[in-house]
Amino acid sequence: MTVETVVFLIAATIVLVGAVGVIVRAHPVHAALSLVLTLFGIAVLFVAQNADFLAAVQVIVYAGAIVVLFLFVIMLLGVDQAENLRIEPFRLQRPAALVTGVALFALLLLAIVQGEITGQKSAGGQLSGEEANIMVLARSLFSDYVFAFEVTSVLLVIAVVGTVILARRPPREVADETGAVER
Amino acid sequence: MNVLPVLAELRVTASWYLVLGAMLFSIGSVGLLVRRNPLVMFMCVELMLNAVNLSFVTLARALDDVGGQTAVFFVLVVAAAEVVVGLGIVVAIMRRRPGANADDLSMLRG
Repeated sequence: MTVETVVFLIAATIVLVGAVGVIVRAHPVHAALSLVLTLFGIAVLFVAQNADFLAAVQVIVYAGAIVVLFLFVIMLLGVDQAENLRIEPFRLQRPAALVTGVALFALLLLAIVQGEITGQKSAGGQLSGEEANIMVLARSLFSDYVFAFEVTSVLLVIAVVGTVILARRPPREVADETGAVER
Repeated sequence: MNVLPVLAELRVTASWYLVLGAMLFSIGSVGLLVRRNPLVMFMCVELMLNAVNLSFVTLARALDDVGGQTAVFFVLVVAAAEVVVGLGIVVAIMRRRPGANADDLSMLRG
């Protein structure tokens, strides 16, 4: 067994255990911690595939920022108690969801096994050069994809402004001159 | 029958990573359909996005092309923005109706 095989098997186990943990743990905090497990496994697989910079970003942004945001909201809202997973409002929902998931997996598996990896290469550059991964990625990002990169900053500004407006406390109730209470 | 030579010959190909990505995507979609807590549903969306990221990186290596890794970079940014907006909506809803789950939020139903 090559080193990559061993790394793949261990990381794949971590990823799948974490993913199943997200959907079966009743407690939202436990689900969030299982999500961290999956994200770390994915980061390991990124390193195994020579995507060093993305692995670092994965740990910093996903495990660092996004999961902390999740935990923050869970604590803030005080929903950190286990929900009862035994209650099923719709009787057929779970079997139907399971069948859908298995069918989706079968479809994807068929596509992977039957198909072969083809495709036109982009002008972005090769990964297997002398250059470090981060240099190749940066050259691609700031030359070919620079417009998308700039549009991304607009997206982030819109997201921040929108969230502030959404999550702001509604202004205190004021009575206007007709006496009707307005929110 | 000795399985050790077979194990020694075992070599990871791109398909292994793609199959793992497919499994992760399916688990995420099942979770999205089954769970009712909006926060956990968001986590399942994150699982699906990560499955796609894994496939992107795998294909970037298989084709020796940096474009796949650049795409992952943008997916990360969009995922971060999506979580921020989604959690903002969840906070706004929960403030009005504490303990609401996805089934209670049927105000837009015609």
